[in-house]
Amino acid sequence: MKYKSVFDIIGPVMVGPSSSHTAGAARIGRVARTVFGREPKRAVITFYGSFAKTYKGHGSDVATVAGILDFDTYDLRMKDSFEIAKERGIEVILRTSDEMTDHPNTSRIQLSDDQGSLEVAGVSIGGGKIEITEINGFPLKLSGNAHTLMVLHEDRYGMIAAVSNILTKYEINIGHMEVSRRDRGDEALMVIEVDSEVGEGAVEEIEQIPHIRGVSVLLPT
Amino acid sequence: MFRNVAELVELAESQGKPISHVMIEAEMKVSQRTREEIMNQMYNNLDVMEKAVQRGLTEDIRSHSGLTGGDAKRLQTYMQEKPYLSGETLLNAVSMSTAVNEVNAAMGTIVATPTAGACGIVPGTLFAVSKKLNPTREEMVNFLFTAGAIGYCIANNAFISGAAGGCQAEVGSATAMAAAAIVEMAGGTPEQSAQAVAIALKNMLGLVCDPVAGLVEVPCVKRNAMGAAIATVAADMALAGIKSVIPTDEVILAMYRIGCTMPTALKETAQGGLAATQTGRQIEAKIFGVPLNQ
Repeated sequence: MKYKSVFDIIGPVMVGPSSSHTAGAARIGRVARTVFGREPKRAVITFYGSFAKTYKGHGSDVATVAGILDFDTYDLRMKDSFEIAKERGIEVILRTSDEMTDHPNTSRIQLSDDQGSLEVAGVSIGGGKIEITEINGFPLKLSGNAHTLMVLHEDRYGMIAAVSNILTKYEINIGHMEVSRRDRGDEALMVIEVDSEVGEGAVEEIEQIPHIRGVSVLLPT
Repeated sequence: MFRNVAELVELAESQGKPISHVMIEAEMKVSQRTREEIMNQMYNNLDVMEKAVQRGLTEDIRSHSGLTGGDAKRLQTYMQEKPYLSGETLLNAVSMSTAVNEVNAAMGTIVATPTAGACGIVPGTLFAVSKKLNPTREEMVNFLFTAGAIGYCIANNAFISGAAGGCQAEVGSATAMAAAAIVEMAGGTPEQSAQAVAIALKNMLGLVCDPVAGLVEVPCVKRNAMGAAIATVAADMALAGIKSVIPTDEVILAMYRIGCTMPTALKETAQGGLAATQTGRQIEAKIFGVPLNQ
């Protein structure tokens, strides 16, 4: 089932006019920001399909930038997001692409600063609901319904066990898990949907496992 | 968890509960949250909806493009000054649904129900019917859970966005959701709610999504208005004991299949339908400087 909660249907509370093009766009931007883990210095946003054709009238550009600023779908500062980004010293570059994508409402967001960069692709599937389809080139299916732990690590034996042992210690149950890697022995990504909140303690312990490169937690939308 | 409307009705009737209570309990299980937390979130949604209805009826709403705004007020004035024909509850539903969708078009705060493009119908009918039935605040929240239960079934078996399935998926699902919720608030059975869904959705089948200049304004605002009217009448028909010959879940499946065979030009791309009329193209050229899709 694509939609799991009644609040996927009656919700979100949002600034109009389009749940797919405004609220969904904002949510994709906010996920990118959360995974990046800090405010970026530069954001390159690419719109595909219906996003590319109608973003002006729906404020999808404004909404995506609002998400990158960590604003929620109902934040009234949304309409001023470009000015706020400028004040905070964030360079925003907007592109549109004719490239065919699997879903008509797709956006790709590249965030960067002196410390690093991140690329997230997401689709807005309707009613403000989104799916994250790719992070740093790793294809994935992320619903955003659950507390989600994302662990970037080196591809070595025992990594999955090490992370899940810590979750066991904190009595956190795994609902769904995906692992992918660029190449054998290269960089890999674990995406773990869990049934309860992942506290600071668990995150810190996972960060200390050798060969872990980064950990971020997404809250359910 | 129920997977379709038939299972939802079966659950409600076997447990002797209204659809809203089945939805609340299912949500508690899925989200692992307490009844109080879930009810509070929906009370918050109800407050946002009420404010949007009030804003649309009392303020001078105008969208950024200037294409929409003011029609909700216009209808209320007409109702005060003229011997209107269609009935008070019906016209209130139309006016209040218009109000919410006008606020949406003006980038105001609304609740996506199930989407922003169709956000007027459920709250508009809720507050209009409430004038007649005088529900408690909790009963109003229950209205939203019943609407949500139907939307859940439609979203998971078909679609709820215009981009995916045309306006039948968007305004159509909101209309069906509202019809079921009106039936429950008026004292009808879960089965009658299901019949109202079928009757309402049938009359939305084939509806294309053709927003002029790609904006959620024309024809969206007026489709919200008429969706509210269809929802109210479908609820009355179901309460009278009228049944749909085609079962509700089959109507939803028919909507899905129609949406799948609908050309892309008619699914929110602003390439066909009203968007491609001469006037539609002129408006598009005026707003964006150049015609977008030529």
